[in-house]
Amino acid sequence: MKVKLEVNGEAHERDVEPRTLLVYFLREELGLTGTNVGCDTTSCGACTVLLDGESVKSCTVLAAQADGHSITTIEGLASGDELHPMQQAFREHHGLQCGYCTPGMVMAAVSLVKENPDLDEAAVREGLEGNLCRCTGYHNIVQAVLDAARSSREGAW
Amino acid sequence: MIPAPFDYVRVGSLDEAISALVEHGEDAKLLAGGHSLLPLMKLRLATPSVLIDIGPVRELSYVVDAGDHVAIGALTRHHDLHHDPVAVSQVPLLSMVAGKIGDPQVRHRGTIGGSLTHADPASDLPAAVLALGGTLVARGPAGERQIPADAFFSGFLESALAPDEVLTEIRVPKAVGGHAYQKFVRRAQDWAIVGSVVARVGDRVGVALVNMGPTPLRALAVEQALAEGASAAEAAERAAEGLEPPSDNNATAEFRRHLARVLTRRALAEAGV
Repeated sequence: MKVKLEVNGEAHERDVEPRTLLVYFLREELGLTGTNVGCDTTSCGACTVLLDGESVKSCTVLAAQADGHSITTIEGLASGDELHPMQQAFREHHGLQCGYCTPGMVMAAVSLVKENPDLDEAAVREGLEGNLCRCTGYHNIVQAVLDAARSSREGAW
Repeated sequence: MIPAPFDYVRVGSLDEAISALVEHGEDAKLLAGGHSLLPLMKLRLATPSVLIDIGPVRELSYVVDAGDHVAIGALTRHHDLHHDPVAVSQVPLLSMVAGKIGDPQVRHRGTIGGSLTHADPASDLPAAVLALGGTLVARGPAGERQIPADAFFSGFLESALAPDEVLTEIRVPKAVGGHAYQKFVRRAQDWAIVGSVVARVGDRVGVALVNMGPTPLRALAVEQALAEGASAAEAAERAAEGLEPPSDNNATAEFRRHLARVLTRRALAEAGV
């Protein structure tokens, strides 16, 4: 079947099997390998992308369900050489260890802050409950998200 | 993990969905948010030959104040139910429970109708709708019918819906009194190992349990004890009466019975019963 998606602002049309999962569409059809596959069972959040601006786990969405919709992946966040404020905050606070969960963490955090930038630490921890960091590096991730939320409240993004 | 091959049909209205169900027969499944069905299909535990995607049927996404009850469209996402002002003010239990399902990503996709028709005893919303004494509205080629929540969950992952019927609406009485959901998990986003929901609806106290048998179910012995004037603590002792919960990696049946009693006692206290 034909699906037409806007990914990171660019229109893409492909002929795919109906059973194609969004994450494999992004990685294998479009070569956007920044989105990782972790558990493949809707648990770990490594495959999180934005669907019409909201975080979803792309291992549990069919490409067909995203037909006609807009997707943002980690590759679509920065403007040229300028990192997105969430990416910049992860960098400044060293919000990563091995980095495998990072793309999903960043996308989930962007969605979380866009929904409500007025977050305290507990709300950040709860808001990221769908993303697992097996290095257990949560502390700096939470600090990064709090910092990015602050900059969002100040109108930086 | 990749699902087995299937044909994909997208529909834009409820009538189209019913026609598609009639046309494709029992091997077809409706796809809403897909957060119960797709995981099963990836594990090849479900292999429908046709998926009828009702995601675009926006007419089934709403929460409205209908006088003595609140009506919720079956395709209302957990995220929307959690934040909806009518749900928050008129049936706060349901709004609160919707916010405890899975995680934000799951709540952005999953729908109340999908959760109820999947009929998983470990799900949160079925127990909440049971405790509230809700009614489910289904539509098929022969028209519309109402099914009390009590009669909806017919077996493990089985509902009273006919193969050509669509769950369209969930009706719950307004319940602004005390309520609680005690959900016992090992990790934040997990399914409940056991859960206990308490809802005050008028003079009645509804109590329902998560993961205590093959279906979502009401704690009838607790409700009866309360109706007969037992104290909350006495009533909670009867939470596991007559139930046969599963034993699995997370808990033995005996531990689940213990949890049902403890969680129900806490939920009753939290609800001010």
